[in-house]
Amino acid sequence: MHAISFQDVSYEVTQKKILSQITGHFTKGRITTLVGPSGAGKTTLLKLCNGLLTPTTGQIHILNRAYEEYSPPDLRTTVGIALQAAPMIRGTVYDNLALPLTLKKQTLPPQKAAHYLEAVGLSKDICQQDARDLSGGQRQRVSIARTLINEPAILLLDEITSALDQAAADSIEKLIMQLNQQHDVTVIWITHNLEQALRVSDEVWVMIDGKLIQQGTPAILQQPTHQQVQQFTEGALR
Amino acid sequence: MSYFTLSLTLFFILIPLVLSKTLRLDLERDVLVATVRAIVQLLLVGYILTFVFEGNHPLYMLIMIIIMITTAVLNARKKGQHIKGITWKLAVTITTVEVVTQGILLGFKIVPATAQYVIPISGMMIGNAMVLSILFLNRFAAEVDAHQDEIELILSLGGTPKQAIHHQLIQAIKAGVSPTIESQKTIGLVQLPGMMSGQIIGGADPMQAVQFQILIIFALLTNAAISSIMLGFLSYPALFTKQMQLLKEQ
Repeated sequence: MHAISFQDVSYEVTQKKILSQITGHFTKGRITTLVGPSGAGKTTLLKLCNGLLTPTTGQIHILNRAYEEYSPPDLRTTVGIALQAAPMIRGTVYDNLALPLTLKKQTLPPQKAAHYLEAVGLSKDICQQDARDLSGGQRQRVSIARTLINEPAILLLDEITSALDQAAADSIEKLIMQLNQQHDVTVIWITHNLEQALRVSDEVWVMIDGKLIQQGTPAILQQPTHQQVQQFTEGALR
Repeated sequence: MSYFTLSLTLFFILIPLVLSKTLRLDLERDVLVATVRAIVQLLLVGYILTFVFEGNHPLYMLIMIIIMITTAVLNARKKGQHIKGITWKLAVTITTVEVVTQGILLGFKIVPATAQYVIPISGMMIGNAMVLSILFLNRFAAEVDAHQDEIELILSLGGTPKQAIHHQLIQAIKAGVSPTIESQKTIGLVQLPGMMSGQIIGGADPMQAVQFQILIIFALLTNAAISSIMLGFLSYPALFTKQMQLLKEQ
């Protein structure tokens, strides 16, 4: 079953094509990484999946339902996104964790907050800490936990480990793989680190200049058959 | 005051001109244009006001007020061109300020319904609403620009545009209302308000001038609250698409 499928999807801003005729799908329950050089349109593609942007042309289906059938809040809670900068609202870690429920006028019980913090490898003691005082790694973990509060069926991750040291990045990788395996969450993950892509991916999308060049198993990165993919992997691994 | 005496005040123009020339500030042309415009506009208004006061006809008053509102809207809209429909939003806001203020003042017979009262008070209210609208629009644009990632975060978690922009809206509304509240706290201690000073110079009893000034500052507080809040709630939806996405300036 497809978690998300694209049929001829393009996205333009002031007549500049950012994404060009993307056709492909993300498989439900799998981890798919999006790789490609900067400016390839990867973040734009994630924002289309979460409804932060709307395609100029083409069809998107989310869990076999047309994109247009979802209200924006429904789409965004079904397809959660952890943004690259892991922005925090003013207030404590608890305020940030509770945000998805606060927006629905619900409250997050403290024990549930503690549970989510533990799930992302953080101590519940940081609940009352100012969210803006967190380290980069802690921010990313809180950001992921906050996205998970909505219990999304699909989780979009935008270079969430790019600003972290290796130890923090490794532990977040493990966390995401656990979430995928234990909770059947579909993960779509932008990474610029090809070794990370090889470690975590079930499937890979290679994007260059707004186009989907190739999709398949991680083998397409290990033994590239497509010339553009080969050039990209040689440059990225050099 | 004779026109000869008035012309002696041109010494006040000479001082900035000489300073600008000496220090090479390159402001001479601006000072001269501003001076000529001030003289022509104020003399013109003087003649028009004389005509309106002598006629004291509601239609003349209405025409004056419409001209004031139109000028205020056209001036303020330059600061909100990124907001779709800003012209009518400003027009509704400033007209509401004028209607509420005059409604209270005339409805409760606090001031007589004559041009001598209605026109100057309208001028103060409409002018103030224009300045506050500009303050609000500047601050709102700066807040949204500086906090785009937070707005997008709230939208990405399923929040509505109103929830996403709530903090920025409140900050901009406070920025619009605060100067009025702050100036009320020091009024009479730091500065004597222009209208009160004008009345005292014109020979009015200082206590009567103070009474009118109290009326004006209270009205200005309502004015500040209505203009910032109303413009804020009319403006923010224009920053989002129907699909609840933040519109970014391209």
